[in-house]
Amino acid sequence: MTSQAGLDRDRFVPRAGRIRGWVDLYVTMFRIAILNNIQYRVANYFYMIGMIAEPVIYLVVWSTIARQQGGQVGGFTPGQFAAYYIVWTLVRQMNIIFTPYGWEERIRQGELSAMLLRPLFPIHWDIALLAGWKLVVIVMWLPIAAVLTLLFSPELNVRPVDIAVFAVAIWGAYLVRTMPYWILGMASFWTTRVGPIFQLMFTAELLLSGRLVPLSLMPDWAQRLADVLPFKWTFGYPIEALIGHLPDAELFGGLAMQLLWIVIGVIGVRIVWRFAIRRYSAVAG
Amino acid sequence: MAGREPLRPFVLAGRFFRVGALNELQYRANFAVQLFQSAIAAGTGLAVLALVFGQTTNLNGWTQPELLAVMGVHILMGGVIATIIQPNMIRLMEDIRQGTLDFVLTKPEDAQVLVSVREIRIWQAVDCLVGAIVIVVAVVQLQVSFGIGQALAFAFAFVLGGLTIYCFWLILTVGAFWVVRMDQIVELFEGVYQSGRWPVTIYPGWLRISLTFLVPIAFAVTVPAEALTSRLTPETLALATGFAIALLVFTRWWWRFGLTRYSGASA
Repeated sequence: MTSQAGLDRDRFVPRAGRIRGWVDLYVTMFRIAILNNIQYRVANYFYMIGMIAEPVIYLVVWSTIARQQGGQVGGFTPGQFAAYYIVWTLVRQMNIIFTPYGWEERIRQGELSAMLLRPLFPIHWDIALLAGWKLVVIVMWLPIAAVLTLLFSPELNVRPVDIAVFAVAIWGAYLVRTMPYWILGMASFWTTRVGPIFQLMFTAELLLSGRLVPLSLMPDWAQRLADVLPFKWTFGYPIEALIGHLPDAELFGGLAMQLLWIVIGVIGVRIVWRFAIRRYSAVAG
Repeated sequence: MAGREPLRPFVLAGRFFRVGALNELQYRANFAVQLFQSAIAAGTGLAVLALVFGQTTNLNGWTQPELLAVMGVHILMGGVIATIIQPNMIRLMEDIRQGTLDFVLTKPEDAQVLVSVREIRIWQAVDCLVGAIVIVVAVVQLQVSFGIGQALAFAFAFVLGGLTIYCFWLILTVGAFWVVRMDQIVELFEGVYQSGRWPVTIYPGWLRISLTFLVPIAFAVTVPAEALTSRLTPETLALATGFAIALLVFTRWWWRFGLTRYSGASA
């Protein structure tokens, strides 16, 4: 019942007021996230170095292969791999989302009760808080990118339009990625053994998003599979938008695909939420 | 007082192991869950190897079965870390942050031993099983004669590697006495540990040295894998032994030094 009250109130607020409410919420959450995270710079750097290990490993492995194969593999030279995986590090930070593992605690500890009482759909809190954190992370990422650039000498020549599309696409990637994991996280309303489901999804994403290797290095069937899934719009596409010299149709078509997946995601979240929230009962919050 | 009986740490570890095992045996379905997750992880590793060897026949002189051996050692060591090392260190970090380390320090046993053996996640040991299977498959594929000497060298190098990783984790965790919030360190370690999936010799010099002496992935994974693939020289094994001993001594000193910074729950 609580949930219904929360949603209904949302519906009765006049439209202009609602949008102002969203803007207020996002600005406030940005501030909270920024203040929170600049206090813990060491923790954030630990976390970023841990995360940067992954692309550096891929980069070393694939540039070694490229060198052994006479300078390139699958159309990528070591310098192009370097560019791919350095941009990867920013894209990865950008598409961090509220972890699906977080739902279990949220439900078990009754945190969700408090979220339901607020007059906004709970996903906004997650999106806003992490978006604010990303603003801090982007600043912290700059020196890391500089060091990686010195170490691995990437081949980069980008047009202004690539940069513009990239700047939009990384936020698009964040939203595309948020929805499926929110839906998946809601599986915690039904079962506590969610680990295997999440891991299947993470694995599919690793292989079919361009996170592990540029998709052009994958077998044909895998590339075709990736075309019909949302994953590549969260990893491969933003990276290639910046460094891949994509023709305009693909460059802007990608943004349209991101929009499509965001819309599908939002519909999915709304539908699953409707059923999931009926399963929720809390003792306290 | 602690330290008088040399076997005391092992007796204590055994007791904690039994209690931990009994605790986790209540949740048997977790075994199936862990098996499933370990299988997916190993499958992903195999897919990556297939991708790499779809493009080349060797990676810096390492053939496919040799890299499979590296992967097996990596999974096996990962299982050891997840079963015993990491759970204890995470609990220690929590205890330092919350001040509940008092309960350990007031016990009449060596505190370093206690904080190192209190927790055990037996289902994570499924990774040890998976790692062992991968190693056996790799050794069979290598088609070399694998004698008892080689097996012993591997076992010895593996134990040294485990000790080195334990020391490394404890050194980092003791940092929590100064830097209170250390929760991100788990992700830092897990991220860096992934580099052990490949022999450290493929990395550029600065990274190879970091992965040997700064984060001892080389001693934990590459050196035992060298023992499996007939690459291990006596010099390397001696270096690994010396390094492990030096690190153990340093860790002991560092732990005591860190304790002087601890102010307890009541402070």
